[in-house]
Amino acid sequence: MKVEVDVHRCVAAGQCAMIAPDVFDQRDEDGVVVLLDEAPGEEQRDVVSESAMACPAAAIRLVPA
Amino acid sequence: MNRVAIIGASAGGLAVAEALRGAAYEGEITLVGDEHDPPYDRPPLSKQILTGEWGPDRLALRGREDLGRLHLDLRLGATATGLDPVERAVRLADRTSVPYDGLVVATGVRPRRLAGSEAVTGVHSLRGLEDAWTLKARLLPGRRLVIVGAGFLGAEVAAVARGLGVAVTMLESAPVPLALAVGDEAGRFLARLHTDHGVGLRTDVSVVGIVAEQGEVRGVELAGGTVLPADDVLVAIGSLPNTEWLAGSGLTIEDGLVCDEFSAAAPGVYGVGDVARWHNPLFGTSMRVEHRTNAAEQGIAVARNLLHPEDRRPFAPVPYFWSDQYGMRIQAHGYLRGHDEAVVVAGDTEGGSFLVAYRRGERLTGVLAVGMSPKALRPWRALVAAGVEWGEAVATLAVA
Repeated sequence: MKVEVDVHRCVAAGQCAMIAPDVFDQRDEDGVVVLLDEAPGEEQRDVVSESAMACPAAAIRLVPA
Repeated sequence: MNRVAIIGASAGGLAVAEALRGAAYEGEITLVGDEHDPPYDRPPLSKQILTGEWGPDRLALRGREDLGRLHLDLRLGATATGLDPVERAVRLADRTSVPYDGLVVATGVRPRRLAGSEAVTGVHSLRGLEDAWTLKARLLPGRRLVIVGAGFLGAEVAAVARGLGVAVTMLESAPVPLALAVGDEAGRFLARLHTDHGVGLRTDVSVVGIVAEQGEVRGVELAGGTVLPADDVLVAIGSLPNTEWLAGSGLTIEDGLVCDEFSAAAPGVYGVGDVARWHNPLFGTSMRVEHRTNAAEQGIAVARNLLHPEDRRPFAPVPYFWSDQYGMRIQAHGYLRGHDEAVVVAGDTEGGSFLVAYRRGERLTGVLAVGMSPKALRPWRALVAAGVEWGEAVATLAVA
């Protein structure tokens, strides 16, 4: 599974970092998304996909296989 | 369940569709939207679209391919006009109907208008993409914009318009803008932020109506007879839930579609997003939340409850919203309305960087930050989510 984030769209809501903390974090200074793992394991699929759906800025995308 | 109809093709409706497919639901999904564009995002309309930073191509919530992968029966430009709960079908304006096993109502809200302003050129509301384009084209240096209502939408547009060199007057009926939403101190700070940027803010005023000549706006008349001259007027006085199409359906409508703690309005019928008034068990109260994040979260929760009728979960989120004004980010977690007390617990409003905690009854129910790292809010949010008692919350984080 491959994940993309768009830091220019991110609004720093932090939804992803709460839903999938092993994959996403936020920058200390402005809260913008930090992608911790570009290719997370399958066990992360549900939470990564929920993060993409919950993101209020449409800034997260699961790249289809 | 083999046929899901989702009425409303914005963030909430789309989230339901995605979450259904994400959970391997293979039945039909009909997604009905009354606008002509595929699902797009609304928060940028009063921000990046109005500033000109973004073109409309960036507004789509999903790319064409990602949308295609959802295998939707997507009906755009289609308006729902009625619901027959016995036949289990939604009637559309084109006289076709959409049968369903599961129904999601995600029809959102529309702006409240000032009576008599409907056909006047230069009087705007801001909800859809066309509204944003129309307004943007008129926000030119030196023109005069009067904004009726100093809520978050009005305030964001004021900030953008000042940045574009527009002369802005903002009218508010309350003594302090946003005081009911965020408290007196944060409200005063936001008021000062606008006046510091040259906005003519007039509080405690009552608008009588729009003054127009030959179908063109000329100004806004206040009680007492004053007329404020205007080239454009933005009416930003809140929204009305789009529930008229549900009249006669037997569903309960009371400032929104009334739903239980599972977001259900009736067996197999759910509400999502701005239109839904549901019982949030975390706060023990019924709420209708017009926040972008809530639409998506509620959509995900409803998809799950639709697919697992024997194992439904209450929808008990900590609401979240943000607002951008003059390059400053305001963020809030929790349910701030109806608070009994609002206390600045970190920073100070003079310095422009602060955190406000909200108490309702004996509980910490929300937190709002201006000009602070979003991460600084996370521990507070966790306490709101845990329903921590006020004294304990303040003691815990005052030490941290």
